[in-house]
Amino acid sequence: MSKFAKKKSGDLPAVSTASLPDIVFMLLFFFMTVTVMKDSSLKVENVLPNANEIKKLEKKDRVITIYVGAPTREYAKVYGTEPKIQLNDKFANASDVGDYILMERAKKPQELQNVLTTSLKVDKNANMGLISDIKQELRKVNALKVNYTTYEGDAFNNVD
Amino acid sequence: MPRRAGAPEVNAGSMADIAFLLLIFFLVTTTIETDAGLDRMLPPIEPPETDVIIKEKNIFQVNINKNGQLLADGELIELDQLRGKAVAFLENNGDGSCTYCSGGKKDASSSDNPTKAIISLKNDRETKYATYITVQNELVGAYNELRNRESERLFNRPFTNMEAEYTKQETPAEVKEELKEKITRIQEMFPQKLSEAETSSSSSS
Repeated sequence: MSKFAKKKSGDLPAVSTASLPDIVFMLLFFFMTVTVMKDSSLKVENVLPNANEIKKLEKKDRVITIYVGAPTREYAKVYGTEPKIQLNDKFANASDVGDYILMERAKKPQELQNVLTTSLKVDKNANMGLISDIKQELRKVNALKVNYTTYEGDAFNNVD
Repeated sequence: MPRRAGAPEVNAGSMADIAFLLLIFFLVTTTIETDAGLDRMLPPIEPPETDVIIKEKNIFQVNINKNGQLLADGELIELDQLRGKAVAFLENNGDGSCTYCSGGKKDASSSDNPTKAIISLKNDRETKYATYITVQNELVGAYNELRNRESERLFNRPFTNMEAEYTKQETPAEVKEELKEKITRIQEMFPQKLSEAETSSSSSS
């Protein structure tokens, strides 16, 4: 019976970690494909409301984004807690929106200038007054296609 | 001197560390995209040259006050009733010219037909954005419900599904062409006339 006893060696064999890089690379590729690079850091609270009748915004190069929300905690001391507009990297007033849109539009290639969409990323706690002002400004510069960007979810979760 | 057989093996033990480093870099610098939402067209700023007279009964007036309460056609209603109300209004078919409005009540005091029906949305400056989006969502939902029904009947697939495929970049051109035709047809049956600007009952765009 020494045939079986012979196999028994003192310690446990080490777990092979040879496939660990493969697993991590798989994770890496997953994140590389589903995420996009941040283009501007958010200075406002931006919890979007939910909606379920939504359409996907294809073609990222045709979208101009406007953020609205209360300044985050580090900016609240300077800018207050009332919802503000963020264009690119700085806070702005509603009257600056028109110029911003024209500027962004001029940066785009000629053939895209008429098909641009303005994506409004508005915090769910913002008031409609500010949004109405933005909409008015957008109408002035003839940027009529807007997209109220939302999360996908039940719209009734917005009101409680 | 005896040569060793084959090249020596490279130690790949640190590969995982390198990959982890890359992974963490991507986690920090990227965000998961939220690129879906409710598409809307704003009305042009210049008023239309000819004042169009629209009958009171063809306008479905929705008012949201600053407390998030909803007034639809002069009635105080709850948010979850809005979709049903809007659907009933859109396919009311008062003048009987709409052959596909299967659920129309033909109420004389409501809209004449879907092509004339207008939904007008007004809100207070202090209305919460979340409430506004919910209302918008319900109104778009009402249109989609009717469009999907007709689309199922005519082409055996939902309208929203066709639209999603149409906007996808990967869809080949010939498929898009075909889809566009169908989409336009459905859109003509139930045109989305959702006015967001201040509208009074006598003049509107």
